[in-house]
Parts: sequence; structure tokens; C-alpha cells
Amino acid sequence: MATPQTTATGSSRRSLWRRLPVVHHLSQSVGIQRGMLVAGLVLTSIFVLTALFAPLLAPYGFSQLRDDDGSFGAQRPPSAEHLLGTTVGGYDVLSRVIWGAQTGLSVIVVAVLLSIFAGVALGLVSGYFGGWLDRILVVICDAIYAFPTLLLAIVMSIAISGGQSSLWGGIFAAAISITVVFIPQYFRVIRAETVRIKSEAYVESAKVVGTSNVRIMFRHVLRNATRTLPLIFTLNASEAILTLAGLGFLGFGIEPTSAAEWGIDLNKALSDVSSGIWWTSIPPGLAIVLTVLGVTLVGESLNDLADPRLRGRRAVSAASGTVAETSVVPGGTLTAGPGGLAGLENEGR
Amino acid sequence: MSDVLQIRDLDVSFATDAGSVKAVDKVSLSVAPGEVLAIVGESGSGKTVTAKSILGLLPETATRAGAIVLRSKDGASENDVVSVSKEDLRRIRGADVSMVFQEPSTALNPVYTVGWQIAEGLRAHDPKLSRKAGRARAVEILTKVGIPDPESRVDYYPHQFSGGQKQRVVIAMALVLDPGLIVADEPTTALDVTVQAEILDLLRRCRDEFGASIVLITHNMGVVADLADRVAVMYQGKVVEEADALTLFTNPQNEYTKKLLAAVPRIGSRIEATERKAPIDRAAMPVVRARDLRIEYPGRLGRPGFVAVDGVSFDIAPGEVVGLVGESGSGKTTIGRAIAGLTPVTGGSLTVLGTEMNGVRERKFRPLRSSIGFVFQDPASSFNPLLTIAECVAEPLRVHRRDLDQRAVSTRVGELLEAVQLPKAYGARYPHELSGGQRQRASLARALALDPTLLIADEPTSALDVSVQARVLELFAELQEELGFAALFISHDLAVVDILSDRIAVLYRGRLIEEGTGAEVLGAPKDPYTQRLLASLPVPDPIAQAERRRVLADLRSSDLPA
Repeated sequence: MATPQTTATGSSRRSLWRRLPVVHHLSQSVGIQRGMLVAGLVLTSIFVLTALFAPLLAPYGFSQLRDDDGSFGAQRPPSAEHLLGTTVGGYDVLSRVIWGAQTGLSVIVVAVLLSIFAGVALGLVSGYFGGWLDRILVVICDAIYAFPTLLLAIVMSIAISGGQSSLWGGIFAAAISITVVFIPQYFRVIRAETVRIKSEAYVESAKVVGTSNVRIMFRHVLRNATRTLPLIFTLNASEAILTLAGLGFLGFGIEPTSAAEWGIDLNKALSDVSSGIWWTSIPPGLAIVLTVLGVTLVGESLNDLADPRLRGRRAVSAASGTVAETSVVPGGTLTAGPGGLAGLENEGR
Repeated sequence: MSDVLQIRDLDVSFATDAGSVKAVDKVSLSVAPGEVLAIVGESGSGKTVTAKSILGLLPETATRAGAIVLRSKDGASENDVVSVSKEDLRRIRGADVSMVFQEPSTALNPVYTVGWQIAEGLRAHDPKLSRKAGRARAVEILTKVGIPDPESRVDYYPHQFSGGQKQRVVIAMALVLDPGLIVADEPTTALDVTVQAEILDLLRRCRDEFGASIVLITHNMGVVADLADRVAVMYQGKVVEEADALTLFTNPQNEYTKKLLAAVPRIGSRIEATERKAPIDRAAMPVVRARDLRIEYPGRLGRPGFVAVDGVSFDIAPGEVVGLVGESGSGKTTIGRAIAGLTPVTGGSLTVLGTEMNGVRERKFRPLRSSIGFVFQDPASSFNPLLTIAECVAEPLRVHRRDLDQRAVSTRVGELLEAVQLPKAYGARYPHELSGGQRQRASLARALALDPTLLIADEPTSALDVSVQARVLELFAELQEELGFAALFISHDLAVVDILSDRIAVLYRGRLIEEGTGAEVLGAPKDPYTQRLLASLPVPDPIAQAERRRVLADLRSSDLPA
């Protein structure tokens, strides 16, 4: 009933840009939902831009201890040279926070890339064919769910790199340990969608035609099953950041000399808190909170906006709008305007 | 004034993603005590929105203007639903006006007993009501709506009732506070015809015995003729005609009403195109031959399976249209799916185009699939929403005709769309941009893409409005005449089947109980079930319908224990 007239007649299709997930959602949001989405997008884009332009933004390198004027000195309060002071190890805090964004983004990208393909492929096959393969995969995924994420990540991190590692070794250790937890998530979502879509009439109609299973899977099922992926992607991104920070905080992260990482900085700043040194702990902590908050806000808003029942709309006045053209005329109308009785008369054409 | 309900200049608009859409446009209606007002119209005409606004049940995205004045049954109070406070609205609902919903299985909460749910309404209006008194009232009202053995069944859960009984319980819930007005939104649409007749009888008793007025929302002209005193016809948010039932059916004034009445399928109104030029060659090998066909769905561990089709035998000759009629659960869809190879055959023999389907391998059957077309029930879901109509119609060609290049495929798609009278430009649209009737025509085009020798149509028109349905049926008949394919036409609607079919087979609980030409089966039915099915079908004519009602009552009292 709510089928709007414009889409029914629309020969002018919306441009690709307007149909992109986030852009599309932003344009249809309103009120507090829009506020949440915009806030999330701003925070997330600050994070991404900081990560991309870290070499330009950061005043010093992440493992730099001295410049031309000599050593930085440890636990110096904020000053003109060191805007956020220096850490107990003698690093510049601001630089480490900025470089930390880069590490975080790399982990997100690697973790998601590794898990999304495996998760989607397994989910599709498992959901479409069912049977014993499906049961085994579901049991394995349930078993992985039963483990605490962080514990699993610690085990993986030790197994991969022996606990301590270089920049890319550390990033991969963190990313792969997160991947183990993420694959079941993508698997489950895609499997559930596949099971639902498998019983849809258009899949059955493809079967009646005699389409091969591979073609049905990729042409009819996969494309319709990926609707929720942007949502899980954002939620997983925030979880990746938290897991990486957690690993670092517990001492399984990346060495301060090989990369900047917020979790390990927080760990090192623990003893400073009681001695009144605030500038070593608050900036990395805030960076973690704001990044996770930003990405989560985007994810939650996308979730709300994707559901027509949760989506807010502007109120309209009772007398406004035109009466929508519906399937009242035999076979529907062919003209753009309301078919009315003229449409009924022209049924034979 | 003594009207129970007065609607004056009601406007309703909805906020949607594409701006505001007006659903109801300056509607004025009134209902007198003890009167049944039917609001008829096709989908999107605003009838359900009008009904819901009477109870203040519109979603938050809706905006209303105008007045809806409700009088309580004893005439003591009057309230304007549009302006009344939420507190008062809660008081009015149930006591002055109540609702009967379309789908009884979703209107009842599955985790509570029906007795609890009936008493829930009572407690909402009288918090001091004791558990015992509530139960007693529930038993009393269940007795009145004709639930057998109400003392024990008051403690049953909704799933323990059949569809018709569930609708009785929903009506009991609506009646328990003795409201002056009942709004019934498509109360029989989800039910089989034989059950529908019983529910209509019950609604009639609601008026006669409880003195309630009824606002009946329906698209079914037969139901209107059966029950309504007065009829309001809605079209595009406006009331285009309002008259008492007899006048409306015998002498409709508005053009739209005339079209609507003419489009209602009637038994014995075969489309001329199907008058055969060439007789069917019964000597030739039948396209489909079923002998003692048995289809069983596997049960859970240790339990016997469900037998959907039990010992059915029939033939479909080349070029013949066979109509398969039955109520829900009769196995008609299962037979259609078995012929298309979607459901495995578990017993007997089913030969499709010379291939035995009992134990057939998909690999062996796949080449034959190009000779079978299938039209699904719901045009909304039978197209991949991400492909354009042209791509959807081209799918069968891409699978079976690898030899065709891009240009040949698009030429063929253009021809097909033209054959089903859709402009070629529609090929570039996505399925949601077409109306239901257009989608069903595109579905027909897809089914015909490979020039099938057999077409299976599973309730192809049951999701469509009557006027659209008439057009699709006509098209189907024309194409069948032109292309000469054999067809299995599955429907629950006797009149629709009669319009198209050469022969009709009636199914009842998995068994074929009667088979013959339309004139044989529908003109002089031999089986008591067919007789009852035929008598239950309401006709769009109040006088004839009153007569049929009597016949049905006689039939019911004489045979077929329920």
C-alpha cells in the first residue's frame, strides 16, 4: 500500500552514489537517528583520516625517543614541544596516539578481509545445501562462540607469534585471532539469510527452470543475502579495535618499538595514574573510546535505518500528498498519472 | 441522532520514504444501530485504513483530520476518536468498538490459553474482576459463538483450534464486552469457503442476537451480498458510491462499481477464447499421467509422515487445461510441485512428458524442465528483486538456450513481454516497480519463454484484485488458445477454475473425489463435499445468495458430520 508512485513510474533510476549503503541511509534518515549517524560518521572519518595521514599529522615517529635537541625525557607534562607530554618510556604521547590509529585501521582491514570471504562462502554453501556439512559447521561455530573472545585471541596470538612481535607480525596475530571469532558471525548471518532465501519463490522458479545449483547460489541467493553485511562489518570493526586494545593491555600486543598501539600504551601508563600523571593514560584511552563509539554509532544507525519499522519519518499534514496509484486498474496503469477510470477503459489497449 | 458511528470528512496521510501519501480522502460514512455496513474496494483503496482509524489503530507515521464520532451502545456517551485522549481511547476500545482481524492465527497469542485472552479484555476494563468470574464469562461467550464443549476448551491454546474455530474465538474476544460496533477487517479472507460460510453465519448472529453494528471490510463481493445491509464502495481513498445492498447489486450507478461487479468471476462464465476450435486429442499420449499417486512428507523421528496426496489418478492430454480445486491442505499444491519435480513422489506412478517421476534423478529430469513452465502464486516473491524484469524473463533462455547470443535473447524477451501485453520498456524495471497484475503477467512470460508443452499455474490469481484477476485470466486463456500448451490450473476458487478449465478435478484431504467437465462437476455435483463446496461459494447477488444460504443450511443438516 505504501508503494510510492514515484518508484512505480520511475524511469529515472537513482544514481549509483545515492544507492551506496551509507549514503542512501544518510539521505533517508531524520531527527535523532540522523544525529546519531552523523556523529558516528564524523568520529569514524576522523579515525580513518588520522590513520591514513599519520605520517603527516604526527610531530614525531612512534618510536622516536630523541630529536636534534637531545632526548625527550620521561613523563614530561604537556608543553609546546610535546603537546600531550611524554610517556614513562620517553615517547611523545600525541604522536603515539596518532600512529596508533594506523595500527587499528590495519587490524580492522586485515581481520575483516580474512573473515568476510571465508564466512560468506561457508555460510552460503552450508545454508544452501544443508545436510551433514551444515550440521558440522554449525556445531563448530557454536563451539567457537562458547569461548571468550579475548581468551581465544590470546591463544592465537601466542601460537602465531609467541606473544611478542614486529609490526606486521603483531597486526596479523591480532587480525587472525579476531578472524577466528568473526568467521562464525558472517557464517551465521549469511547462512540464516540463505536458508530464508532458499525457500523464496524466485529460487524455486529458478529450480523449475532447471538452473544449476552454482548459478542459483551466486545469481539468486548471494546477492540477496548480503544486505546485512555493512551492518555486521561496522559492529565487527569496533570489536576488532577492542580486542586489539585488550591484547595490548594484557601485554600480548605489538612492541612499542615496532608500532604504536593504544592498548599497550594504556598498560604502560597504569602506574602513572596514581602519581597524578594524567596525560599518558587519558589520550590513548579516549582514542579507543571515541573510535569504538563512532563505529558503533554508525552500525546501530544503519541497523535502525535498514528496518522500516524502526526508521523515523517526518510527520505530514493530513490533507497532504496525492492518493497513491495502486493495482486497482486491471494490470496496473501504463501512464505516469493516476489511471482512474480512464485506465479502466483502456484495459484492452 | 442515533447512529453508532459517524465519520465526517476523514483524511489520512502517511509519511513514507518518498514523501507523503494520501490513503483516505474526505470520507464520510455513518452506521445505524444493528446495521451491517460493508466497505468494499480493491487493495490500496483505503478501506483498511478507514477501519483502523475507527479504533485509533493507525501507525505513528499517519496523520489524521476530520471527525470519527462513536456512540456507546446505550447512547450514554459520545466520543470523537480523532481528538480523544489516549486514556479515553483505551476505555472506548473493547467497550464501544472492537475489532475482528483478518488472520486468526496471528491475532491470538500462542502462549496463553484462549480463556485467558478473552478474560484479558474484561480485566482491562474491570481490574477487580476475579479469575473465576473472568473464566465464567469466557465460557459463556465461547458457548455463544458456537465452540463445542466450551468448559474444557476454554483452557486450550490457540494451536489446538482449527482456523475457523480460531476466528470464532477472535469474534468471541470482540463480543465479550458487548460493544455497539464491531469492525471486521477481511474476517473470512484467510479461511476456506466452507468455513467462510459458517463465520458469515456467526457474524450475522452477532448482529441479530447481540444487536451489534458491524463495519465489514472486504474485497469479496460475494461476502458483501451475503451479509451487508448497506455498501460503500471505495476507490483511491474516496467513497465513490454508497447504497443499500440490493440497490447496489441490481442497479449500480458509478462506473467503477459496474466494472468491479462485472469483473467478479462467476460459475458458468467461460471466456469465449477457450471455446475450442480443435478438439483435444485424447488418444495421444498424455502429458501427465498419475496412477495411484501418493506423496508423503516425512515425519519427525519415530512419527508417521503426513500423507498429502493419497491414491490420486488423473491424466492431462496435450493441449488440455485441467483445473485442480480444493481447500487448504487438500494436496493440490503438492501435486503441482510434484509434477514440476520440486517435491519427491513417494508412491504410485507419476509420468510427466514420458518420464517416471517416482525416484527420478535431477540429472535425468533437468533437460525436461525446459518443457515445463510454472507460474507461482505470489507475484511479489517469485522474482529476484535485484534483477530487472527483462533479466528475470531471460533466465530460462540463458540456462537452456546457450546457443542464443545477447541480441537474440533480448529480441525473444521483447516478444514475450509483448505476448503478455507488457510494453517492452517495462523490461528495464525492477519487480517492485510493477503492480501485482503486471508482475503476474511477467511471470507468465517467463513461464512461456521456452515454449513449454505443459504449464503449471499454482493459484496464479489469488493474490490479485478481482479486476486484475479477470484481465490475467483472459490473457491466460488467449495464450493457451494461441500456443496450445497443456495446463494444470490450481486454485481454491471454483469460479476461477470454471472459467478456464476443460476438465475439473476436486481434491479433498489428499483424495480425488470428483472429476469431469465443468458442466458435470459444477452443474450436477455427485459428491456431497463438492455439493457443499459449491453451495458455500457466495455469489454477488443478495437475493440469490439468501436462497443459496438456505440450500447450504439444508445440506449441512443432512450430511457430512463436521
